[in-house]
Amino acid sequence: MNLLAEMTAKAQALNIPLSAQIDLTYRCNERCVHCYLDHDDHGEMTTDEIKHLLDEMADAGVFILTLSGGEIFLRKDFFEILEYARRLMFCVKLKTNGILIRERDAQRIKDLHVESIQISIYSHRPEVHDAITLVPGSLKRSIDAIRFLKSQGLKVIIANVLMTQNMADYAGVRALAAELGVDCTLDPTVTPMLDGNRSPLSLGVDVDALRHVFRDGALIGDVDEFCAVPPPAGENDLEATPCSAGHTACYVSPYGEVFPCVAFPFPTGNVRRQRFIDIWRHSDQMNEVRAIRVKDLTTCTACSHVSSCTRCPGLAYLEGNMRGPSTQDCEKSFARTGIPSANMLAKKRAGVNLVQIRALPTFASATA
Amino acid sequence: MSRLYLARNPKVAARSIGGEMMIMSGHDSTLFTLNQTAAILWQSADGSTPLDEIVDRRICAEFDVDRSEALQDAESLARELAGHQILQLSEAPIPQPAGHYAAKPAGPTGGSR
Repeated sequence: MNLLAEMTAKAQALNIPLSAQIDLTYRCNERCVHCYLDHDDHGEMTTDEIKHLLDEMADAGVFILTLSGGEIFLRKDFFEILEYARRLMFCVKLKTNGILIRERDAQRIKDLHVESIQISIYSHRPEVHDAITLVPGSLKRSIDAIRFLKSQGLKVIIANVLMTQNMADYAGVRALAAELGVDCTLDPTVTPMLDGNRSPLSLGVDVDALRHVFRDGALIGDVDEFCAVPPPAGENDLEATPCSAGHTACYVSPYGEVFPCVAFPFPTGNVRRQRFIDIWRHSDQMNEVRAIRVKDLTTCTACSHVSSCTRCPGLAYLEGNMRGPSTQDCEKSFARTGIPSANMLAKKRAGVNLVQIRALPTFASATA
Repeated sequence: MSRLYLARNPKVAARSIGGEMMIMSGHDSTLFTLNQTAAILWQSADGSTPLDEIVDRRICAEFDVDRSEALQDAESLARELAGHQILQLSEAPIPQPAGHYAAKPAGPTGGSR
């Protein structure tokens, strides 16, 4: 067990929120077709409110702090917030599209000793990337930002969300990352909007495409191991917690709402009315999430994938039951192993259409 | 003999988790946890208190140790921590920015205000 895993286990045992994400704003200068946010400003936390929250989070034991959005650089007080966070000795990670980052900003980020900056790149081809962000020239500006940050010696990570529109380009994005000297992550998860609107799911790749990705040795490494039939669940698997959401991690929206995770919009409290630590420790909702063990899951407990599934409780919640299956993860497990999940089998018996992720017929022409 | 002053390196990230100080190097993101003595040095590294005073007040006062041996060990440890870029060392006081955080302990009794 590495040191971070050890400290995470300790934090979980002591009920300490080791990591937190704050979205500073939902406003954005891109209009990504798959985005799950409402970009209007409905009353963001002020600078002082955010500083107060950071004080409370430091006292509560938050160590890894991710500042995200929306686009964080749209906040005029962004560097004031970042400087304050670093003074509190958080390990700060940033998520941004980078298009507002110029050389001087990169220098300031370096001077504040940010741990890493994640920048979304959807394709190495401007015609594909810009068609997803709906901002002409955005790929060039994001790549310029990566170069500025790299020239300061900062750690940059390209985040590539895989969709039908850019399915053919992930190898090109990885080559671009290699050329720029940065890491690259690939995520085929497209999430519903926070208000429950599921239309973004139509942009996600289908099972055949996932199967292709999961068998790409250049991406996966040991394909046989990755796609192996899952081992039967042991007692430890069933006693495990589903993920870190609500256990050692949480999320705060620009409006002060606290959720178990950015992908798990189950309201647990609001830091404008309550102390952060009180929400974390005493919220009935947070404790409900925290009490769930794998053995408590409906359908999934009996699934052959239970020991290796990437099931996201937030996606399950957005499907209507935080203890239920997450169909996207069922499809990932199926694409990896060829074995249908218990959820898929149950839906088949019930005659429900299994394929929930499918491109809209009009999408290709709208973005060509 | 010159005195040695210690300050926390502003590049690091740090938090006390259940009484154990966790530090991430600003140089290469390596994680460290500090033992009891290292944690004392970290907590006392205000840039203005010399190492011999820290040893007197925080180590000799709390542990049954020989002072000269404790000072030698503490200096060796401080230099090791400086080698990992966790501490800054100087023979003169090291000015600190206002409002620098002391990483209060989080845990079952932490978090109260």
